[in-house]
Amino acid sequence: MNRRTIAITIGAVALVALPSLASMADEPYLVTLFSRILIYALAAVSLDLMLGFGGMVSLGHAAFFGIGAYVVVILSFHAVEGTALLTWPLQLDGHQSVLVVWPIAVLLAAAAAAVIGALSLRTSGMHFIMITLAFAQMLYYFFVSLEAYGGDDGLSLFSRNTAPGIDLGDERQFYYLCLAALAAFLFFSWRLVHSRFGMVIRGCMENERRMKSLGFATFRYRLVCFVIAGAGAGLAGALIANQTEYVSPGLMHWTRSGEILVMVLLGGMGTLFGPVLGAATLLLVEELLSIYTEHWMVYLGPFLILVVLFAKRGIYGVLAGGNGNHD
Amino acid sequence: MLLFIEQLLNGLQLGIMLFLMSAGLTLVFGIMQVINLAHGSFYMIGAYVGATVIAHTGSFTLGILAALSAAALAGMVVEALVLRRLYKKDHLDQVLATFGLIMFFNELTRIIWGRQPLFMDVPSWLAGSIELIPGVPYPSYRVAVIVVGIGVGGLLYLLFTRTRIGMQIRAGASNREMAAALGVNIRLLYTLVFGLGTLLAGLAGVMAGPILAVEAGMGESILILTFVVIVIGGIGSIRGALVGALLVGLVDTLGRAFLPAVLRLFLTPAYADGAAASLASMSVYLLMAAVLVWRPKGLLPAHG
Repeated sequence: MNRRTIAITIGAVALVALPSLASMADEPYLVTLFSRILIYALAAVSLDLMLGFGGMVSLGHAAFFGIGAYVVVILSFHAVEGTALLTWPLQLDGHQSVLVVWPIAVLLAAAAAAVIGALSLRTSGMHFIMITLAFAQMLYYFFVSLEAYGGDDGLSLFSRNTAPGIDLGDERQFYYLCLAALAAFLFFSWRLVHSRFGMVIRGCMENERRMKSLGFATFRYRLVCFVIAGAGAGLAGALIANQTEYVSPGLMHWTRSGEILVMVLLGGMGTLFGPVLGAATLLLVEELLSIYTEHWMVYLGPFLILVVLFAKRGIYGVLAGGNGNHD
Repeated sequence: MLLFIEQLLNGLQLGIMLFLMSAGLTLVFGIMQVINLAHGSFYMIGAYVGATVIAHTGSFTLGILAALSAAALAGMVVEALVLRRLYKKDHLDQVLATFGLIMFFNELTRIIWGRQPLFMDVPSWLAGSIELIPGVPYPSYRVAVIVVGIGVGGLLYLLFTRTRIGMQIRAGASNREMAAALGVNIRLLYTLVFGLGTLLAGLAGVMAGPILAVEAGMGESILILTFVVIVIGGIGSIRGALVGALLVGLVDTLGRAFLPAVLRLFLTPAYADGAAASLASMSVYLLMAAVLVWRPKGLLPAHG
């Protein structure tokens, strides 16, 4: 067993045991906090797929996160009100079931990613960063001006989605659902990264021109990667809407995209488990600092700068040792 | 028609503000190859320092001078401490480090000035309105903003095309090593260019003070629009920044003013207002998407 396997095993065992530990320590709040961490970890892993493996620095990832969340709340809103979401050109009713709502959330996030990706991937480098950022802000302002669904104030979820056999309202069951979603997405990403597709994507990051001359349609590969990342963020969004039982445009504000990006880099870019660690670290540090001071950002900001300047490999790189970027 | 002219002037005024922001930022992007998210922070610093000095001294001129020096000084310090170390790193590191700077500056202003927004008064000698075109009164302050912006644009043009330092900046932009080999102090030059950029941002901030509220995070809303301007105009190009800024200013202002009326021609009023609000807030981004499809490098790219 190398250090990497040990680190991952310890992490997995800790996450599975967490609700029991929390109830033993009589800190039920920990379960809620860690549900949040798992959800952000899912979003961060999805961003890392395109960032760490595809070399696409997107500063608009929260847009897909927000779309997933809004789909859940809007469909639930119509289900509770008993009104139709659309009557023309086809009849669409609200819905509460996970099995219906979440696939729609994921698909819509993927569709938005396809459009934004197709436009943004025409450019690269600095342009790409600014364009993804601008598109995410466009969606942000769209939801701010969407008065029917609360506009700037956002919209509350009447009750969490329903699923056969699972009660999402129960914090413990919800936690395990988040854990399962994260584990499934990690497994999927792991298979993806090691597939032929993953090799092409990583090749594009290293040297796109060479991949092109080898005959790969690099644009299509990168676009598919962008869409998969968007879909992952959409799933995370569907989860966060259920967790907080509330959405607002703030969910897709560009600072949120920045936070997700920070999680990826903090944990270790180009690794699958790094972003999970990064999400946990950032949210726990925020939580801890905010106990001591409401102005925690004044410390977090310079800390980030120091991480960028001096600790490039991220936490996972340090924990997993030498070959941290080959999992 | 009167309303249209008024809105046109408003659009022009927003465009000028955006130009002041994007001129500095596009230089930093184009010359140093650094993506600087914290540019809006200097806009905010300009506004806060300006508002505070004006509140204490009562002199608008002093306020502007203080805002300019504070923004330029803060810019040069940040360049020397942080940005300088980022030039050789990749864009991702630059994004994260400057994101950290934003967090720091936003929270610092909250600590110093509190969470309540500050309000700035228009100086008394600019409080009235003048009739640029007979029958169309327009606030003098906004006219002054437009005039200042045009003046600054002219000065920038002269600086870059007619002075030695402008020549050196252009040389540094096209080939850093060669310019350094010929004896230009690139390091100092970069610090100066960065300071010039933040000075312009500070100017935009203090001029925006009486029009908008001065609050923490005010830099970010204009920062994103500035990015749109730069993407439309082309990175590193001042002319592109001017064209992009005016386009964005006009599209945004006119869209907000007239889209509801236009949409009412086709839709029921209730529906039209909602749709117009959404569409207007998205209009500049749609413009950007259209430009991108047409010219991925922007309208007037700096290099070819």
